[in-house]
Amino acid sequence: MATGTALEAMTMGTAAEIAAQEFTRVVERHRPQIFRFLLASTRDVDLAETLTQECFLKAHRNWGSFRGESTAMTWLMRIAINLQKDHWRNRRMQFWRQTRVNSVDLDEASEWLPSGERSAEQKLLAKEQVKRVWESVKGLSERQRTVFLLRFVEEQELSEIALATGLSEGTVKAHLSRALGRVRAEMGGKR
Amino acid sequence: MSLMDKWTRKRNGMNEREALDKMAAGGPMDKELSEALVNFKLSVHAWSDAELSRPRTVAQGVRRRSWRLAVGLAMGCTLVAGGVSGGVYERHQKQEAARIAAEAKVADQQRLVAAEKARQDEEDLLAKVDSDVSRETPSAMEPLAQLMAEDEVQK
Repeated sequence: MATGTALEAMTMGTAAEIAAQEFTRVVERHRPQIFRFLLASTRDVDLAETLTQECFLKAHRNWGSFRGESTAMTWLMRIAINLQKDHWRNRRMQFWRQTRVNSVDLDEASEWLPSGERSAEQKLLAKEQVKRVWESVKGLSERQRTVFLLRFVEEQELSEIALATGLSEGTVKAHLSRALGRVRAEMGGKR
Repeated sequence: MSLMDKWTRKRNGMNEREALDKMAAGGPMDKELSEALVNFKLSVHAWSDAELSRPRTVAQGVRRRSWRLAVGLAMGCTLVAGGVSGGVYERHQKQEAARIAAEAKVADQQRLVAAEKARQDEEDLLAKVDSDVSRETPSAMEPLAQLMAEDEVQK
């Protein structure tokens, strides 16, 4: 009897240890993606960092209830999207609080380009294109922006986006189509 | 606008919509849009990677926040102290005014009492004078009274 209890305790301890190790691996693997999505959504480095921390904290608390019905990435992305939504909602409600916005402006955000073998002209052209896309992203609704970023920055499949956002695939497609229309109009309008 | 123009516009709109739907579903895109989206993705990735590899400036943030906190606390304390001293001053002023009013009231009462006392004294004095005079009168009239009494006896 006593041996059984000790064995059970040992097994539970080992299980907890394995779960902790597994979670650490998940954090290491998915943190860059979650941060990148939140950074693109908010254009605020500090806020993206804070929301990323909160996302993993929440995930850690609920790690036991994660049943693997979707991938860990989709599950984490869902948490991140909800945190972001909550943040904007709270901000709207608490308008008397700090009104300063740390979001970088579009020019600054467009400065970032991979250091590849490009000519100065190509770099300038790419920068201009990136700025236009940022401008159109800024004008999108919250949902359209989320769907757009998940599709074209995180390169997720429509089914994954549907799972992460809790929308149907058809709705995701509709949002994406509208977002693309806007980007296309921006590209065409300022040509 | 002619019917033909309307129809052409509608058809173009539908074509545009269909094209966007196809793109949204992963279909082919025009070159410029596709290039812009790729550049956008690369830009966001580069920015995010740079921010992730950048050493965090937590200390500065904390210092700035603690400065803000200290300034906030100082302002809060000043406000509280101002409020409290204002309240104390106000209370003191009220108490002083009440004390002056009470003193004035007492003085008024004393004045009234003194006036009443003076009036009473005057009345007493007059009464005394009256009674003294009335008491004096019989002796002053006595010789005449005696004469009158003698006349009556002679009759």
